[in-house]
Amino acid sequence: MTLRVNDLKVYYQTLRGDVHALDGVTFDLADGEIMGLAGESGCGKTTLGKSLIRLDSRMRHVGGTVELDGKDVPVGDDEAMVPFRYHEISLIPQYAMSALNPTRKIGRMVNELLRARGVRPADIADELKRRLELVGLDPDVLDRFPIELSGGMKQRVVMVISTLLNPSLLIADEVTSALDVSTQRAVAESLVEFRDREYVKSMIFVTHDISLVYQMADTIMVMYAGHIVEKASAKTVINEPRHPYTQMLIGALPEVGSTTVQGRLEGIPGTPPGLLDPPTGCRFKDRCPLAFDKCSERPPLVEIEPGHWAACWKTG
Amino acid sequence: MWRYIGRKLFVYLLTFIVAVTINWMIPRFMPGDPVRSMLSRASVGDPEALERMTNYYNEVFGLDQPLHQQYLSFWSGLFKGDLGISTMLYPQPVLDIILRAVPYTLGLLIPAILLSWIIGNRFGAFAARSKVLDNTVLPVGYILTATPYMWLALLLAWSLGIVAGVFPVAGGYSYSLRPDFSWMFISSLLTHWFLPFLSLFIVALGGWAIGMRNMIIYELEADYANYLQALGAPRRLVRRYAFRNAMLPQITGLAVQLGTIIAGALLTEIVFNYPGLGTLILNSLNSRDFFLLQGIFLFVVVGVLIANFIIDIVYVLIDPRTRVQMTGGSS
Ligand SMILES: Nc1ncnc2c1ncn2[C@@H]1O[C@H](COP(=O)(O)OP(=O)(O)OP(=O)(O)O)[C@@H](O)[C@H]1O
Ligand code: SF4
Ligand SMILES: [Mg+2]
Repeated sequence: MTLRVNDLKVYYQTLRGDVHALDGVTFDLADGEIMGLAGESGCGKTTLGKSLIRLDSRMRHVGGTVELDGKDVPVGDDEAMVPFRYHEISLIPQYAMSALNPTRKIGRMVNELLRARGVRPADIADELKRRLELVGLDPDVLDRFPIELSGGMKQRVVMVISTLLNPSLLIADEVTSALDVSTQRAVAESLVEFRDREYVKSMIFVTHDISLVYQMADTIMVMYAGHIVEKASAKTVINEPRHPYTQMLIGALPEVGSTTVQGRLEGIPGTPPGLLDPPTGCRFKDRCPLAFDKCSERPPLVEIEPGHWAACWKTG
Repeated sequence: MWRYIGRKLFVYLLTFIVAVTINWMIPRFMPGDPVRSMLSRASVGDPEALERMTNYYNEVFGLDQPLHQQYLSFWSGLFKGDLGISTMLYPQPVLDIILRAVPYTLGLLIPAILLSWIIGNRFGAFAARSKVLDNTVLPVGYILTATPYMWLALLLAWSLGIVAGVFPVAGGYSYSLRPDFSWMFISSLLTHWFLPFLSLFIVALGGWAIGMRNMIIYELEADYANYLQALGAPRRLVRRYAFRNAMLPQITGLAVQLGTIIAGALLTEIVFNYPGLGTLILNSLNSRDFFLLQGIFLFVVVGVLIANFIIDIVYVLIDPRTRVQMTGGSS
C-alpha cells in the first residue's frame, strides 16, 4: 500500500470561523494506482491535494493521519514535511501556468531548486533532457524564460520538473483544465506513461472532467462537500455507481467515454452546503432524492463489495 | 535592443523639444508683457547699464523679427550654450549662474535618491519577514511618506540646527570661508550638506520601505513561490526570487517618484537656504529674472529626462521579460 489516509481533517481558518473543507477523509492508494478525484467545484479536491504536501498558512490540520510507504507523514508539521516534499510527494499545481519564476531561465531555476534539495544538477541533467523530449519538448526550453513558452509547454515543463526526483506520490491538480482537447489527451497520456515508466509510483489526478479520468485512471474517488462519497475502479464508478450523488453526477453526463463530448460536473439541482457551518449527517441529504430519517446521521464509508467503497445509508 | 533604445531616445528628444518650446513661449505670450516689467523692475542703479540691458533684451527677444525667426534664434542660442544674461546678477550669463548651483543640487539629490532607495528596499524586505519590525516599520513608514518635505526640513532645522545646535541651518558652507580644497572648507561643506540631505533621505526612505515590504509580501504569495515551497525549497531561495522580482516595480517606482523627489529637493534647499537650483528659483522669481528662471527649468527638464532614460535602460537590463520581448525570442 503506497498511501493510507485515515480520517484526515483539514480546516481553513477564517475570520468567520473554520471552513470544514476536508472533514474526515479515509482512503488508500495502491502501488501504481492512478486515482481520479472528482466532484463539484469547492468540494475539497485541491484542499486534499494540498493537505498531502503543504498546508498554506490558513490551513490547519485538525486530525487524522497519513502514511506513505509505511512511514508516517506529519502533514501538520511544516518543518518535518520538508524531507517528504519533492523527494517522496510531489505536486503539479492547479496554477501550473504561473508556477515558474518569470524572471529566471527555466534551466537555472531547476538547477537552483535541485541544489536546494540536495541533488547535484549535473547528476540529473541527462535525465531531465530525456524527459523533456518524452513529453515532446525541445531541451532548449531550459534556456528560455517562462514567458517564451505557450501555456501547454509550461504545463509540460512543470510536469517534468515535478516528477524529476521520482516521487512515490504525485498530485496532479486540474492539469488539463486550461488546455484544448487534443493537448489534454497528450498531457493525460504523458502522465500515464510516467506511471508506466515508474517515474511516479502512484498518482492522484484531480479533475472536473469525468470522461477524461475514465480513460486514464484505474480508480475514481468522488468527493462531496469535504466528504468522500464513493471510491471504486473507474469502470465501476462510471457504469455501476451506487451512491446517489455519483449516480446523478454520471447521469448528468451526456455521453461518457466519448472523446469529443466533455463531461462537466453540473446539472444536479441545488447547490452544495456551505462548509463554514456544515450540516450534520449526510451532506448530500438536501439534494438527495432518496433521503430519509437516518440520513441525519453521517453514513460511514464502507466497503460494499471488494474494492468498492460508498458512504450512504441506502447502499449499506 | 538598440532599436528599443533608439525609440526611447526619440521619445525623449521629442519631449525635450516640446519642453524647450513651452519654455520659450511662456515669457513671450504671457499677458502683461513680463519682459518689459522685468526690465523696469530690475534693480540696476546705473542708467547706462539699464540702457545697455534694454537694448540687449530687445535684441534677444528680437521683437521686430517674425516669431519663427525668434524661435530659431532661441534654439541656436541654446546650442551655443547661450541662455541669455541674468537681470538679477547682471551681467553674468545665466548658464554660469546655473552651473554654479547645479553641483549643490546634484550633491543633495543623487545620494539622497540612491541611498534611500537602496536602504529603503533592503529595510522593507527585511521588515516583511518579522512581525515585530513589520508592526513598527509600517506605521512609521506611512508617517514618513505622508510628511511633506518642507515640513520635515523645518523640523530638522529647528531640532538639530537651532535647538541642539549640532548642524548649521543655512548656506552651502560657512560664510567666513572661501571655496578651496582645505579640510576646513570641505568639512564645512559636509556639515551644511547634512541636514538638507537627511530630510530628503528620510522622507523618501519611508516610501521605498513600505513599497518593498508590500511587494515582497505579494511576491511571497505568488504562484511560483507556492510551487517552490510545495517542492520543499528553503525560504532562502524563495526570498531571493521574491526580492529580485519585487525590485523591478521599485525601479519603475523610482522613475515615477523622480519628479516628486526633485520638487522636494528644491523646496528643501529653500528651507536651508542651500545654494542649489531651488534657492535660485526662489531668488529669480523674487527679482523676476525670467531668463534665469527659463534656464533653470530647462536644466531641470533635461535632468529629469536623462534620469528617466537611465532608469529605462537599467530596467531593460534587469528584467528578462522586457529584454526577451525586445530581442524577439530566445537568444
Ligand atoms: N483560503 C481559503 N479560506 C477559506 N476557505 C477556503 C479557502 N480555500 C478554499 N476554501 C474553501 O474550501 C472548500 C474547498 O475548496 P477547494 O479549493 O479544495 O475546492 P476544489 O474541489 O479544488 O474546487 P475546484 O474544483 O473549483 O478547484 C471550498 O468550499 C472553499 O470555499
Ligand atoms: S445517506 Fe441518505 S441523503 Fe445521503 S446519499 Fe444516502 S440516501 Fe442520500
Ligand atoms: Mg481545485
